Amino acid sequence: MLLEKIRMGLSKTREKIHEAFLSTGIFFDKDFESSIPVFEEILLSSDVGVKATNEIIARLKERRKEHEKREDVIPLLSQILINLLISSEKKEEEIIHPYTILTVGVNGTGKTTTLAKLAKHFKDKGEHVLLVAADTYRAAGVEQLYLWGRNIGVDILKSQIGQDPASIAFDAIESAFTKEYTVVLIDTAGRLHTKKNLMEELKKMKNVLSKKREDLPQEIFLILDATTGQNALSQAKIFKDVLDVTGTILTKIDGTAKGGIVFAISLELGIPIRYIGIGEDVDDLIEFEPDTFVASLLEGVVLQ
Amino acid sequence: MFENITARLSEIFKSLRRKGKLSKKDIENGLKDIRLALLEADVNYKVVKEFIARLEKSATGERVLKSFTPGETLLRVVFEELRDFLSSKEKIEIKTDGRPGVVMLIGLQGSGKTTTAVKVAHFLRKRGRKSLLVPCDLKRPAAAEQLKIMAEKGEFPFYEIKEETIEKIGLASVEYAKKEGLSPVILDTAGRLHIDDAMIEELVHLKKLLSPKEILLVLDSMTGQDAVNIGLEFQKKVDFDGIVLTKMDGDARGGAAFSLRYVTKRPIKLIGTGEKSDDLEFFHADRMASRILGMGDLSTLVERATEVIEKEEAEEAAKKFKEDRFTLEDFRKQIKILQKLGPLEKVVGMIPGMKSLSKVDVNGDAIKRIESIINSMTVFERNNPKIIDGSRRKRIAAGSGTTVSEVNRLLKDFEVMKRMMKQFSKGNIGFSPSSFPFPQK
Ligand SMILES: Nc1nc2c(ncn2[C@@H]2O[C@H](COP(=O)(O)OP(=O)(O)OP(=O)(O)O)[C@@H](O)[C@H]2O)c(=O)[nH]1
Ligand SMILES: Nc1nc2c(ncn2[C@@H]2O[C@H](COP(=O)(O)OP(=O)(O)O)[C@@H](O)[C@H]2O)c(=O)[nH]1
Ligand SMILES: [Mg+2]
Ligand SMILES: [Mg+2]
Repeated sequence: MLLEKIRMGLSKTREKIHEAFLSTGIFFDKDFESSIPVFEEILLSSDVGVKATNEIIARLKERRKEHEKREDVIPLLSQILINLLISSEKKEEEIIHPYTILTVGVNGTGKTTTLAKLAKHFKDKGEHVLLVAADTYRAAGVEQLYLWGRNIGVDILKSQIGQDPASIAFDAIESAFTKEYTVVLIDTAGRLHTKKNLMEELKKMKNVLSKKREDLPQEIFLILDATTGQNALSQAKIFKDVLDVTGTILTKIDGTAKGGIVFAISLELGIPIRYIGIGEDVDDLIEFEPDTFVASLLEGVVLQ
Repeated sequence: MFENITARLSEIFKSLRRKGKLSKKDIENGLKDIRLALLEADVNYKVVKEFIARLEKSATGERVLKSFTPGETLLRVVFEELRDFLSSKEKIEIKTDGRPGVVMLIGLQGSGKTTTAVKVAHFLRKRGRKSLLVPCDLKRPAAAEQLKIMAEKGEFPFYEIKEETIEKIGLASVEYAKKEGLSPVILDTAGRLHIDDAMIEELVHLKKLLSPKEILLVLDSMTGQDAVNIGLEFQKKVDFDGIVLTKMDGDARGGAAFSLRYVTKRPIKLIGTGEKSDDLEFFHADRMASRILGMGDLSTLVERATEVIEKEEAEEAAKKFKEDRFTLEDFRKQIKILQKLGPLEKVVGMIPGMKSLSKVDVNGDAIKRIESIINSMTVFERNNPKIIDGSRRKRIAAGSGTTVSEVNRLLKDFEVMKRMMKQFSKGNIGFSPSSFPFPQK
């Protein structure tokens, strides 16, 4: 049966899974065992990764044992997945001014765009927002954020090319206090987590802020591209180590990638997922909800 | 997780080394590990399945089963298959013919198209071409500005846009290039999702209009399982001539490269290794294969090791052992060969089979001393160690800057090793060419 599937195309495999689920609906023990490879396939091909997949399957088997009643396995699996994400859930905190957020991450994941989306989100809530363009490295990085800010109608603190990002952060927080901004959103240059000096630079930025007031910045969001595979875990580990990120935002979920790496991130690092990016416009940011996320992960494969 | 697949394989094959032969079951276990390593490296699930099925055939072939060093040989078979899939026969080139030539870059948002456009211009300039960089991204804020700044920095001709649609930009830039004697034009398009039909249509249109000779799909090397969908959709709807993998300066294992190549059959041509315009390199299938397997530079090592040692040398040495003709001169040759492979401590640590020989003294310094001792002997002495008496030993010690007791030890070790190897080669106990010249203590 397994070898047969190896030779089948992706769509065929999907049909088969679909069939398997629909025909049985309720899984008997025998079917349960033989459906394990199907679950593995769903998880592994959603970037969940080997380790987290094994953990999830183990939990599934465990839960299965506990229940005398023959249950539908799909709800059981979703429950396990949802619990994994809920265990690290974090609600948006009460806003203490100036509510300061830093977006960080590797190159091209969507930091600038996401920050613009957040600016819109807070402006709509009636906050007095300052956007800070601290990406002085990437060509037109400042210009990109500037155009977003102008479009949304919030103030922007521009910086000079090559200016030290920590000094920009300093200027930003000073002007937040004097001009009474309630929300300060700071964009940073994309950098690979493996580049030590660039990671140190971020740490310096953070320190400048917390020197001004201990609780600043309230949030450091790691922006992850949903298309990324297992490397996202490595990114999350190092960004957490260096900066103690408070949450992740998963972008580009409007593509076909499932973003399954968040399970490993939640399982191994306990970093909560806070928002997801669903498009390129300023309104394309929604709060992360474990159950909808899990539903779409399973639905994509099962019901296609 | 599987930083060290070689260590794991080594573990599995350690007990088998004594047996000298592998069963089907042993191979299955080895393949299971390889499957996990590939999945961890982000090779697509389905691609892994197919690939392992193929491997089953080659892994149960004579070559692995009969090998003295099944662990290494299996790993090598996997490595070779992976490398062969990754490499393309044709010579890597960027087609720039036409008046002007047209190169178009396509791909997802943030994959690195704009940066790659400038890198390609740089790459072609080194080959005597004067490219024109053309911003065809009207979507992302300041996209044209980004390209312009990078172009100015590297002093590459840049097309200043006055038009409002990318079709018009494309056509006008070609005219401009003709007038200015620039070729090719390099079109930096906006990032788009492979399922965004309206946006994809725009590319198809541009392609029809300008018939680019070279369309490059730019893919982030950190991409996961979705690489297959991305590749297939772009191929079906737009099609492309080659692949550029970006952000290879990170620590991603890059399994997406294999998935993409496997399903689209398009060549991977170049890799991006940084944010600057000269951070572009030719793609090397062998390096990529060992990166995906997480073997570090082991692949090259195993390759070189088997090249230099395996066949003739090992056979010759085995024969000599059997016939009791192995001399210090042969011993010295073996050491030389191993030294060519790199620093010895490192070499030994990296070859799976060698791990089991942990008690062997392989620190580079000791080897150097052994070598200089042998170097201080006459050829006659090397071939007839029996004649090396007390006064000869003194001379050799002085000549090599060592002590007589070191010379004594070497000669004794050599005799022990000779006897041991003779036993091995007579009985059916496999000995590994890689574990070869080191006397067991
Ligand atoms: N489809 C889609 N595209 C997105 C999303 N978020 C960002 N993008 C696009 O991804 C690309 C990169 O976004 P940026 O915001 O510039 O990313 P960045 O992390 O700031 O990039 P660097 O500063 O260059 O490291 C842009 O083309 C964005 O429009 C999303 O949720 N969905
Ligand atoms: N480290 C690294 N960063 C890269 C590489 N190629 C592109 N980038 C960065 O990735 C980000 C997105 O690149 P860009 O060219 O704007 O992508 P585009 O949206 O596809 O045009 C930028 O921050 C680039 O500096 C690379 O090979 N290595
Ligand atoms: Mg940015
Ligand atoms: Mg671009």
